[in-house]
Amino acid sequence: MREHNEARLVLAVGARDHAQGPSDAPVTLVEYGDYECPYCGSAYPIVKQIQHRLGDRLRFVFRNFPLSEMHPHAEQAAEAAEAAATQNRFWPMHDMLFENQEALDVDDLRSYAHAVGIDAARFDGDMQEHTAAARIREDFLSGVRSGVNGTPTFFINGLRHDDSFELAVLLAAVEEAAGALQRHGGATAS
Amino acid sequence: MTTATTDGQSAAQPAAALSPGEIAPDFTLHCTADQTISLRELRGHPVILAFYPADWSPVCGDQMALYNQILPEFHRYGAILIGLSVDGVWCHGAFAESRHLHFPLVADFEPKGAVARRYGVYREGDGTTERALFVIDDNGIIHWSYVSPVGINPGADGILNALEALSPTLPKSDGGDSDFCKSEGVVCAPASDTMARAIASMGGKS
Repeated sequence: MREHNEARLVLAVGARDHAQGPSDAPVTLVEYGDYECPYCGSAYPIVKQIQHRLGDRLRFVFRNFPLSEMHPHAEQAAEAAEAAATQNRFWPMHDMLFENQEALDVDDLRSYAHAVGIDAARFDGDMQEHTAAARIREDFLSGVRSGVNGTPTFFINGLRHDDSFELAVLLAAVEEAAGALQRHGGATAS
Repeated sequence: MTTATTDGQSAAQPAAALSPGEIAPDFTLHCTADQTISLRELRGHPVILAFYPADWSPVCGDQMALYNQILPEFHRYGAILIGLSVDGVWCHGAFAESRHLHFPLVADFEPKGAVARRYGVYREGDGTTERALFVIDDNGIIHWSYVSPVGINPGADGILNALEALSPTLPKSDGGDSDFCKSEGVVCAPASDTMARAIASMGGKS
């Protein structure tokens, strides 16, 4: 199946992204996700486990792909995560949202902002002015142009992962990419 | 009740999906119980035909919901999107309402799959269509076509690349339009009253 997959990440991972893990990790896993999507909710602990297993061999990047026509809270949840990011609390908020997917009203989001320890007034201002809307749209369009075909969509070292995201499958694909790169790297070095 | 018309062309059944440069076979299909859409009415606009196997695919990232979200991008190119499957109009109606779709779904229902056959994208064994995309230029010529593995949602990057090639002067999306996510996505300048009514009825939330 791989060789037929032509969908590749068109926007390279860079300084604009929210990333966990070293920038020179052999594998970069990019997720396009929606905080209100139940499938993304299922993928959330799986990604955590993969991060745990791979450790420093993995860099994980999350980009927004809110399907707001289906998920009425998806856009504001994404804005909340981005608002937290401006106060260096993206990942705590990201985790909070996925752990509370059923409660994403504005009041809920404010309580999460408080819980992750960010300035409430600044957060409220960002939410009211939709400060992050342009960035979220940039994420969304970069996903569209990369062949994102639903949420979640994963890219492993830039190539769309068309298989299941259940732990065994996604982990194997990530491990394979890590191994392939190390083998290739070893051959190049010798 | 619904009959696919051939517009004077042969009702040939190509073995594979029609290719770029070929004339897009005309059709008239129901989008609701009492409304039809004809391809020929849409001349003057790029048209995206998205054949898909069935309504109610059990994932939230399903192809039609995805295209619904991307609709404002298609509209930037003046393009009209039509979803086609062998499901009937009542099934389409319920599906469109559930997913808040702002574009028409047409029923290739009777004779079953007749239009899909003429585009070379009917799956005999399954009784459904392929997951196939056609971008038709404003003169009714196929500009781009793609058949995805049936289990894989092809996304929209190929469609947008094709529309871009048809409108080389239109700038690429730059992320500067913050109204994007809130757009109601009403199709621009429908080619006929029938189309306008059909679209209004499908996108009735606006």
